[in-house]
Amino acid sequence: MADGPVAEVLLRQLEAADGGLDSADLAAKLGVDHQAVVGAVKSLQALGEIIEAELRSTKRWELTAEGEEMAREGSHEARVFRSIPQEGLAQSELMRLPSGKVGFSKAMSNKWIRVDKSAADGPRVFRVVDSVEDEVHRRLQLVQGGQVEKLGEKERSELRKRKLLTEVTLKTYWVSKGSAFSTSISKQETELSPEMISSGSWRDRPFKPYNFLAHGVLPDGGHLHPLLKVRTQFRQIFLEMGFTEMPTDNFIESSFWNFDALFQPQQHPARDQHDTFFLRDPAEALQLPMDYVHRVKRTHSQGGYGSQGYKYTWKLEEARKNLLRTHTTSASARALYRLAQKKPFTPAKYFSIDRVFRNETLDATHLAEFHQIEGVVADHGLTLGHLMGILREFFTKLGITQLRFKPAYNPYTEPSMEVFSYHQGLKKWVEVGNSGLFRPEMLLPMGLPENVSVIAWGLSLERPTMIKYGINNIRELVGHKVNLQMVYDGPLCRLDAEPGPPQTQGAA
Amino acid sequence: MPNGEIQKLIITEETAKIRPYAVAAVLRNIKFTKDRYDSFMELQEKLHQNICRKRALVAIGTHDLDTLSGPFTYTAKRPSDIKFKPLNKTKEYTACELMNIYKTDNHLKHYLHIIENKPLYPVIYDSNGVILSMPPIINGNHSKITVNTKNVFIECTGTDFTKAKIVLDVIVTMFSEYCENQFMVEAAEVVFPNGKSYTFPELAYRKEIVRADLINKKVGIRETPENIAKLLTRMCLKSEVIGDGNQIEIEIPPTRADIIHACDIVEDAAIAYGYNNIQMTLPKTYTIANQFPLNKLTELLRHDMAAAGFTEVLTFALCSQEDIADKLGLDISATEAVHISNPKTAEFQVARTTLLPGLLKTIAANRKMPLPLKLFEISDIVVKDSSRDVGARNYRHLCAVYYNKNPGFEIIHGLLDRVMQLLNVPPGEKKGGYVIKASEGPAFFPGRCAEIFARGQSIGKLGVLHPDVITKFELTMPCSSLEINIEPFL
Repeated sequence: MADGPVAEVLLRQLEAADGGLDSADLAAKLGVDHQAVVGAVKSLQALGEIIEAELRSTKRWELTAEGEEMAREGSHEARVFRSIPQEGLAQSELMRLPSGKVGFSKAMSNKWIRVDKSAADGPRVFRVVDSVEDEVHRRLQLVQGGQVEKLGEKERSELRKRKLLTEVTLKTYWVSKGSAFSTSISKQETELSPEMISSGSWRDRPFKPYNFLAHGVLPDGGHLHPLLKVRTQFRQIFLEMGFTEMPTDNFIESSFWNFDALFQPQQHPARDQHDTFFLRDPAEALQLPMDYVHRVKRTHSQGGYGSQGYKYTWKLEEARKNLLRTHTTSASARALYRLAQKKPFTPAKYFSIDRVFRNETLDATHLAEFHQIEGVVADHGLTLGHLMGILREFFTKLGITQLRFKPAYNPYTEPSMEVFSYHQGLKKWVEVGNSGLFRPEMLLPMGLPENVSVIAWGLSLERPTMIKYGINNIRELVGHKVNLQMVYDGPLCRLDAEPGPPQTQGAA
Repeated sequence: MPNGEIQKLIITEETAKIRPYAVAAVLRNIKFTKDRYDSFMELQEKLHQNICRKRALVAIGTHDLDTLSGPFTYTAKRPSDIKFKPLNKTKEYTACELMNIYKTDNHLKHYLHIIENKPLYPVIYDSNGVILSMPPIINGNHSKITVNTKNVFIECTGTDFTKAKIVLDVIVTMFSEYCENQFMVEAAEVVFPNGKSYTFPELAYRKEIVRADLINKKVGIRETPENIAKLLTRMCLKSEVIGDGNQIEIEIPPTRADIIHACDIVEDAAIAYGYNNIQMTLPKTYTIANQFPLNKLTELLRHDMAAAGFTEVLTFALCSQEDIADKLGLDISATEAVHISNPKTAEFQVARTTLLPGLLKTIAANRKMPLPLKLFEISDIVVKDSSRDVGARNYRHLCAVYYNKNPGFEIIHGLLDRVMQLLNVPPGEKKGGYVIKASEGPAFFPGRCAEIFARGQSIGKLGVLHPDVITKFELTMPCSSLEINIEPFL
């Protein structure tokens, strides 16, 4: 169809047109069906950038079937009028005429006719005036001739009420020249085929040049989720640094491992219902390592291991309360406890990246579930300087080289540090992580030797991902409201590469 | 002390069940300015918010002593028996009325729950029956403090004795500076129901001795003991070198209740030194890294699932009961799901026992994407398990869905075959192989569901989803799914 006559005419008209043309106008001008023009537009579109076509919706007034009939024959009332002779017509006869019933009342209200009820052989209809102007007929013909705009609003709605006129939505195309516009349509592009190769006929065929500005066909493969691509990179970094992955496949944790073992007191606000998801079922952890639990209880309530303790009444039932873990540090505690049971002590480096749950206020950058990254080193004589050194190596692998450290507070680390890096794009220092040395009150009850220090640091997975991929609303990244187009189009996760141009986020 | 006696606060036994502890002190001849007054109020509010844990542990009341007359009684009474004019109100109310009035007070409504449903409410009287306060809610207007107040009576009541003492210490140390006798606090006596009498504030200073080399070793610096003592003194921990020249004696003031272990002193030394001045070194810890086998397997599978043409999603682990039960034609009790207490919305009722709802919700949210939609997720589900210490465990599931104008069972089946191929599990009933057998389930179209058996156990199901499931998840096209537990393949 693209080499059909309609398409050719369209292209020639377009060449002469200033700006573009409307498909419906063209159809009217050529006297062809609008669909023929639409077909030509579509096939021209398929050939590449010859034309640009924008779908538009236009409303047009058209006559209904009845309206068309009236445009031909005149309005009912005019016909009634015409069929009344000089001497009048019996009403009963009039009513039997095709336009009779409808036309009669209209003609009466126009005061074109009158009824003489007192006539001898029944009511008789007479003309009142000699001739009439069939306004309705005139108006309908205007519409038919494409001059509906000559009618006023009132006249239009009158006709519409009489179901003579109707508004029709027409989808037309506004066609303009494309980047590869030409009035001559090329025949189907000749492509190399097996026959041509074997017969050698390719030597004699003309091959049209390719349009290298057009896009290719994207391969039909699957895609990986951006957040998990970043997770893969972080796992890789830890493994390159000799860190062993801890088991974290337990979303449900007891308050004991999530808080008490970490020396976080039972009255701490984080143990509120407002911040933590507690469980209804199973509500309590039934198995706890009781020797260890007693040591933890004593440390909290009375002190020991060089500490004053918190001096409050520690309750076992509070420690048994099950919850959705609020950090993966509970997994670190379990790992360190297992390490402490192995004698003699061997230094260890652990990491984990997994889901945690917080019952906090949700907004554009916060969800109830997110992923925490945690790194832990346990060895003799570790210092704050070692922590800073390992952080420097870790962040260098992320492409972050400028680091600053600020004092912070965590219930289970002392000293604690917040880690900041300079963000080129935002032109300011932003927090990239939290870190510290675990408190002796946490490590010693586990059974770790006294001169063993444990340094640890953590950050969220979502934050660097959102910064890297330029995502502002976390719900477009995590959860079922994910922007799938973003997943399809996402680039490789190269943490140490320079940030590329911001991704265009087309609506899904 | 004007008449030679300190103020006395007597605690009666009625307080034992509701708010047993109280401490008190007096700031004499204090000179408030507007700024100091505002600061005094702000300090109380800040203390209330953190260490007092929103007044639940400790509540502070400060009163104009000249409007009162001791000794004071701290007791607990029936709400209907307590009647007074509270702060900033013009008439008297009973405690019951006040609880009602404050229900709409944006500030006080958060504290009502602390005493609301108890039979007796705490209340403090002076010797003339004037009510000083009804802790932890509100003070009386009678003893209101103004900028002109000269003598302040401070009382702290609560459920944590240690914290009450700390709070009192903090207030008096911070504001005794403005007393005529600077930094002097007038003690008060508190008599407990058992007859035992204490004097407050405790203002315990204590001395700790820390070895200089410990601080050097923990921070990673090499300072002389004298320098370290200087650093600590700069942090308001007065220190000096003693003994063999390696020990530092540190005086810990009552305002530093946070110092409970030498590590707290180490942090202060490091802060004084300046974190960014510390030299960064790498630990010499030599370790060989190991991957967690389940995660290693997951990583390998993910990449090949994408290679097979499926797109990865990451969905929420928490969802509504409906999502994992009703919408799949099941009863919630049959799912062995873990239930969350007091969920704020239905989206946080349970932890997912299947990955399928998340995938279907993802399709529903991405309706405008071109078909077919081929999605997968390899992640954890949660079920109750009494053999585990906490009573629940995770399982690593792999779930895939195909959503198109046709259900595509053969495609989902093909995906299963590919996954088995990748896991090196041959088809067939013989040992170590896999086979699928016709099955049924409320989530599946009858006659179009199969159960998968591998390595001797059922690992999951695949099939065409039942139209009820499709409509309940607000979808319109046919859909087939596959979900298996991958842990048997470790």
